[in-house]
Amino acid sequence: MGEFLLVTIQVDMHDRLALALQDDLTAQIVRHRSRGVLIDISALEMVDSFIGRMLGTIASMANLLDAHTVVVGMQPSVAITLVELGLSLRGIRTALDVEKGMAVLQAALSETQDIVDANP
Amino acid sequence: MTPAANNAFSEVFATREPQIMKDWLDIQSKSGQRRSASEQQEIKRDSQEFMTAFQTALRSGASDDLSLPAWSQMNELLARLSSRRAKAGYSPTETASFVFSLKEPLFSALQTDLKSKPEAFLDALWLATNLIDKLGLLTMEAFQRTREELISRQQQEMIELSTPVVRLWDNILALPLIGTLDSARTQIVMQNLLEAIVQTRSDFAIIDITGVPVVDTLVAQHLLKTVAAARLMGADCLISGIRPQIAQTIIHLGVDLSEVTTKATLADAFAIALKRGGHKLTQGEKANEAGAR
Repeated sequence: MGEFLLVTIQVDMHDRLALALQDDLTAQIVRHRSRGVLIDISALEMVDSFIGRMLGTIASMANLLDAHTVVVGMQPSVAITLVELGLSLRGIRTALDVEKGMAVLQAALSETQDIVDANP
Repeated sequence: MTPAANNAFSEVFATREPQIMKDWLDIQSKSGQRRSASEQQEIKRDSQEFMTAFQTALRSGASDDLSLPAWSQMNELLARLSSRRAKAGYSPTETASFVFSLKEPLFSALQTDLKSKPEAFLDALWLATNLIDKLGLLTMEAFQRTREELISRQQQEMIELSTPVVRLWDNILALPLIGTLDSARTQIVMQNLLEAIVQTRSDFAIIDITGVPVVDTLVAQHLLKTVAAARLMGADCLISGIRPQIAQTIIHLGVDLSEVTTKATLADAFAIALKRGGHKLTQGEKANEAGAR
């Protein structure tokens, strides 16, 4: 989707799938020179500490590749579980749904754009 | 417990039943403070049912073991009776004395009939005491159980009542907390809030703690958890209604609330939420006039 990548997690994540996603996503960011990644986890109903940490690492990796990451559509039960696990994913931006997540990405992007414009 | 004692006892009981019944009702109406006609009627009906069940159980040769199937009718009857009385607001004494007051007429009947046979009398007496005591305990247990059910239901209702999520504006929710926060309540508060956020697609949630009397480390921890969970869902969380003493306690306890936006009043928090949501507050002409005066 333009300069953004949209990742929708539809199935229950198991550990190997999560690692595959990590590989795939970093490769795609580089290939498409994406500036933003939207991870939709609205279909995810169970998380464990590994998946929680993986979301964090994906965000940091994307950051390293100069792409903003927004996690959208987290279920209430998932949010409670993550907090109880002590993972509050401080580095990650969150939004309620894909639409709002897009807005967040646009805003983040335009901020950096402004900086670029300011220094011609 | 011998079958002979049972036989003697049930025989006496069968022949003397009308007398026992009459005496029993007399005692009950004398001791009880409840004298309205309908209540007397109810007591009479209960007593009759009790007697019938008692006799059926005795006739089938049941011993004093109440778990026998012969007693199941009696168990059921007592459970129903005492739960009804618990709901009607009878005191425990009143409920228990329903069964215990049977002792006196029963003993006097035994005494008159078995005067000539002291051994059989003792056996029968022992059986009767045992039985009545066990039945009394059963009644109390059922009474207590009903009361506990009542309490837990009220507790549940209180929890549900005390955590309303209010929609203040498009995309802005408020959660006025009243009463002490414990783990169980926080869990419900958190769930309610998060579900409301999803439902209304809100960007902001204001947790107002004006009604929380005490904030200790645990409560602060719970608040922080709620804020973190809301943030994970993509909503901004503000905390408002921090009273002076509470501000002091929080700082003395060393709780770090610096990552959360806190405001003194709900109005301030609401204004901030509006502003962050891109709304603008302007005062109308009337307000300006009032200010000028």
